[in-house]
Amino acid sequence: MPKTILEFEKPIIELEQKISEMKKLSETLDIEDEIKSLEEKIQQLQDQIYSNLSRWQIVQIARHPERPYTLDYIQKITTDFIELHGDRYFGDDKALVGGFAKLNGETVMVIGQQKGRDTKSNLYRNFGMMNPEGYRKALRLMKLAEKFEKPVITFLDTPGAYPGIEAEERGQAEAIARNLFEMSKLRVPIIVVIIGEGASGGALGIGVGDRILMLEYCWYSVISPESCSSILWRSWDYKEQAAEALKLTAKDLIQFNIIDRIVPEPRGGAHRNPDQAAIILKEILIDELNKLKKIKIDKLIEMRIQKFLNMGVYLE
Amino acid sequence: MAWFRRSKSGIESDSKKKEIPDGMWTKCDKCGEIIHKKQLEQNAFTCQKCNFHFRIGSSEYIQILFDEKSFKEMDKKMMSADPLNFVDTKPYKERVKEAIKNTGLYDAVRTGTGKINGHNVVAAIMDFSFIGGSMGSVVGEKIARAIQKSIKTKYPLIIISKSGGARMMEGALSLMQLAKTSAMLTKLAEAKVPYISILTDPTTGGTTASYAMLGDVNIAEPGALIGFAGPRVIKQATGKDLPPGFQTSEFLLEKGFIDFICHRKELKSKVTQLLDLFAS
Repeated sequence: MPKTILEFEKPIIELEQKISEMKKLSETLDIEDEIKSLEEKIQQLQDQIYSNLSRWQIVQIARHPERPYTLDYIQKITTDFIELHGDRYFGDDKALVGGFAKLNGETVMVIGQQKGRDTKSNLYRNFGMMNPEGYRKALRLMKLAEKFEKPVITFLDTPGAYPGIEAEERGQAEAIARNLFEMSKLRVPIIVVIIGEGASGGALGIGVGDRILMLEYCWYSVISPESCSSILWRSWDYKEQAAEALKLTAKDLIQFNIIDRIVPEPRGGAHRNPDQAAIILKEILIDELNKLKKIKIDKLIEMRIQKFLNMGVYLE
Repeated sequence: MAWFRRSKSGIESDSKKKEIPDGMWTKCDKCGEIIHKKQLEQNAFTCQKCNFHFRIGSSEYIQILFDEKSFKEMDKKMMSADPLNFVDTKPYKERVKEAIKNTGLYDAVRTGTGKINGHNVVAAIMDFSFIGGSMGSVVGEKIARAIQKSIKTKYPLIIISKSGGARMMEGALSLMQLAKTSAMLTKLAEAKVPYISILTDPTTGGTTASYAMLGDVNIAEPGALIGFAGPRVIKQATGKDLPPGFQTSEFLLEKGFIDFICHRKELKSKVTQLLDLFAS
């Protein structure tokens, strides 16, 4: 049984528990048919709940503590991963992991924001909130990939860049801006995958690429619903409304051409079946990478820049 | 010395303020000096006593920086389309309408070409009075086009930033303007056209985390608030008191993120000097 159950998941989990109890009973009793019908009922219920999720509920799934994180995907999708550390200027940011790995037998550079699962690991990972050295480490690894002509895959999952005193001293804004600039013209294919939370500039700092993929139950926006609520409504109580207003889900963003492709998640969300989630993502990554490899690099960069230039809606 | 002489200045009466003709006099926010409007203009909207730099708009910067009547505005009437149909306590559409009415501007940046002591330049100048100088689709597009113009004409680019960051009411579209403007700057760099970024009070959030920090030369006005996260957010997140002078121009100079601080009265001559150095 999952440790964390979201409010709207409760009816599903309850039925699942019932089934597992019945399965124990079925060793002595003939209740196969009942189990079957209950399983069908779960599917129906799940379909019903998950096709009507509010944006705030999607934000909650995106933050589910049992959701697979960057290192889980790296471990499940790639082989031969070697983690590389440090920005060579200041230190090693634990909120950002990266290194060479093999995807489908070919070397790629994988880079991503990493959260922790409990208090201890969350403190170690700074809750997935990067400092400037994290962005500079990411850039260093991307430049390394460029040098050896290996494609880059980045995983976005952060509640934001760390708003700390030292982060400002070391140039949080400059570090993010520099990455946006350098990623725009990096001479290897870049695939960006939003796997959880995509909070503002902190996420975008490793989020410029040729293909932007987003898992089904993630959010990506200029601000978190809570902060938006506190600023615009001057209260923390309007996060649901803020989430609706911000239109921050994959379904919303594909309409604005901010993302290119939605990566489907297993029934009930990636946290219900991380292995299945990884299999789906792996297939899509291989497919996208094969397409990108066919495009000449100068053309690819031109297309990348054009893609971001096309983003925006205005009246003239 | 008489024992009854005041050692401190006394409490000033409020009624005195009302006697001053509205709009003719301004009080310095920092030292309290009462300054005549003409005097303020002559001083490039800085306090002659304490050098406090008043927050000014694009029109004032155009007046300070450009040769007379040389500034030609581009894309003047580009406006927000409210792509998200965003409503908080008030619909975004209404906020925009109000801002247009109150400021006479169409969004938070004005772009154009002009001459600075004879040097042709392309400029983008932000207005904090328009929804906190926030960057949404219009600001991003206008800046991208200004950069394009710069590439085409080979005129150096000047951006004066004065912004609270990305505009919330356009959600992820606002966020993408960071990438859009930065991507366009790579083309400017490739074309080897100089870009001077001028950071003024305040420059925070997404604006700092994109074009404001990417100048070939970064200049700041004295005492400006410049940073990524706002001071209140940092205080809340860390629970620590912020060191004195934190996130000011002087602090950024010390930390190595801007090239120099320039008094507004010397801005035109310093920018001219740079343009000269790039050109010859």
